[in-house]
Amino acid sequence: METLLPNINLQESAPADAVAAPVMELVCPAGSLPALKAAVDNGASCVYLGMRDATNARNFAGLNFDEAAIASGISYAHARGCKIFMALNTYPQASNPAPWRSAMDKAVELGADAVILADPGLMQYAVAKHPKLRLHLSVQGSATNFDAINFYREQFGIVRAVLPRVLSLSQVQQVIEKTPVEIEVFGFGSLCVMVEGRCALSSYVTGESPNTHGVCSPPKAVRWQETPTGLESRLNGVLIDRYGKGENAGYPTLCKGRFDVGDDHNYYAIEEPTSLNTLELLPKLHKMGVRAIKIEGRQRSPAYVAQVTKVWREAIDQCLANPHRYAPKPVWMASLDKVAEGQQHTLGAYHRPWK
Amino acid sequence: MLKIALGPLLYYWPRQTTFDFYEAMAQTSVDTVYLGETVCSRRHELRLADWLQIAALLRARGKDVVLSTQTLLESGAEVGTMHKIAANGDYLVEANDMGAVQSLTGKVPFVAGPHLNIYNVPTLQWMAGLGASRWVMPLEMKQSDLAVMQAGRSTLQTEVFAYGRMPLAFSARCFTARHCNLPKDDCQFSCLAHPDGLMMKTRESEEFLVLNGTQTQSARVYNLIGAVGSMQALGVDVVRLSPQSQNMAQVVALFRATIDGALTPAQAVERITPLMPAQGCNGYWHGQPGLDLVAQPVQ
Repeated sequence: METLLPNINLQESAPADAVAAPVMELVCPAGSLPALKAAVDNGASCVYLGMRDATNARNFAGLNFDEAAIASGISYAHARGCKIFMALNTYPQASNPAPWRSAMDKAVELGADAVILADPGLMQYAVAKHPKLRLHLSVQGSATNFDAINFYREQFGIVRAVLPRVLSLSQVQQVIEKTPVEIEVFGFGSLCVMVEGRCALSSYVTGESPNTHGVCSPPKAVRWQETPTGLESRLNGVLIDRYGKGENAGYPTLCKGRFDVGDDHNYYAIEEPTSLNTLELLPKLHKMGVRAIKIEGRQRSPAYVAQVTKVWREAIDQCLANPHRYAPKPVWMASLDKVAEGQQHTLGAYHRPWK
Repeated sequence: MLKIALGPLLYYWPRQTTFDFYEAMAQTSVDTVYLGETVCSRRHELRLADWLQIAALLRARGKDVVLSTQTLLESGAEVGTMHKIAANGDYLVEANDMGAVQSLTGKVPFVAGPHLNIYNVPTLQWMAGLGASRWVMPLEMKQSDLAVMQAGRSTLQTEVFAYGRMPLAFSARCFTARHCNLPKDDCQFSCLAHPDGLMMKTRESEEFLVLNGTQTQSARVYNLIGAVGSMQALGVDVVRLSPQSQNMAQVVALFRATIDGALTPAQAVERITPLMPAQGCNGYWHGQPGLDLVAQPVQ
């Protein structure tokens, strides 16, 4: 069956103590079994997914995996040399931490290759109960400096950390130089302008945030309304944006609306609806020792996952084969822009002027 | 007895204004004062040596002083400043980042700050094991979850953010500079013009968020003065009041009077309302959206 599938990636990541390994993993999102298959079939090295509850940071209705889907997803991926990471990256809530622990037990039982965690209490549980389990520090852990990352390694033996989308290229390099922990960075997808794990804007408006419920600007709080002045999007009653005729309306993520500040009216005071796209930085990221590129978008369709995975597989392969002659192809950029939030992209914090 | 702490100054004020503010705070009944720049390393009206000078002044007036570290550490220089604060050798330190926790672990007792994401008992106990002597509850936490934490906290002191605009989010981007069309690296210290932050309104003029450099705050003022009794019943040790540019001494006095039982919760709410820079809120405490204002049950 394998022979029927193109772009199978059989690269294994080197042990954590290897130096200057040439591997650069492509870590792709899946919110459903079809999306997982799309990622595997198009060349993902690893696919990350979450259970159908608040234990992960994309807790949306109709999204994510039940036990049976995880089992078949893992078997599909493993048969094709692709790894599965389980995101358990929200914070167990004081009154009911049990679901996080049982989700971890289940991930181990089903054969996940690693778990992505943010909560130290849960890491402690992993070390005690599943000492052989590979632990990745989630971006929700807000570790932006090598001291913090090395601390999670000393305390819990984490082998990989996903960096928040706030560091410039040179800051990423500084971190890599001062930690033996593998570094994974975001390459593409919707952009959080705030430090992940340190943003409570969503719960301020709706009562639910990434840390507490695994959601940001949850769909159940969204209302759309046609008015004489335009189409309005509201989050729990708060006006996030108003669109004139001919304007494309976007999902009302609350930091990506238009607001008034002082005499400045109707502008994106925090961030435009835009996607991060670091295709052009790939040779630099590889050279500085970034071990994995993460694609955002577990809430997106299988078609998105297929498209983005395909482009990034091709780009990474070309970059690894010949980094000096690498340049992003216009056709790659065009196809990524098509699926990007707001149909536009940015280098985000990697590029200093963005700040 | 519930103690009163003044949280770190989140805004950027001129040097003399800052000194004058702490001189005034020294005359109030606050028990503890957190000092230092926690938001942005470009703010340099006061250097570490200046903060230490204020610390000495406050200590001489009988206040407990805690030095707070920056919440978002990006550059090597920022990490270096954090190391210096952690190694000050005199004052208690509030760790606001896991890197700071590392620097303090096994060396000296410390305060685990409100942005360390301590949401459950195992994490709280882990933090205690590392040497934390006090922890500050996450802003988002509701009182029923705090009750669970209190049951499992062992010897740790508990502090609750009880008054002020809430620091809800941190970014690498400076939204104040963005508003002024300036790059962050040449921000011209625009924060100085906004002693209580820069108001961001919705397009129907509802006050929504406050831009404070790289920090985003709630426009509404979190106010748990009406919940002092519930906090006492839960065994909370310290309430944190976040500095604002006006009326801060009166705010401290009202909390003190409420804690001492000289004011009922209803009286306290009524008196504090005109002293606030904006409408109040207390939703998080009641397990609701943070911006909600829930009427306090009569105690």
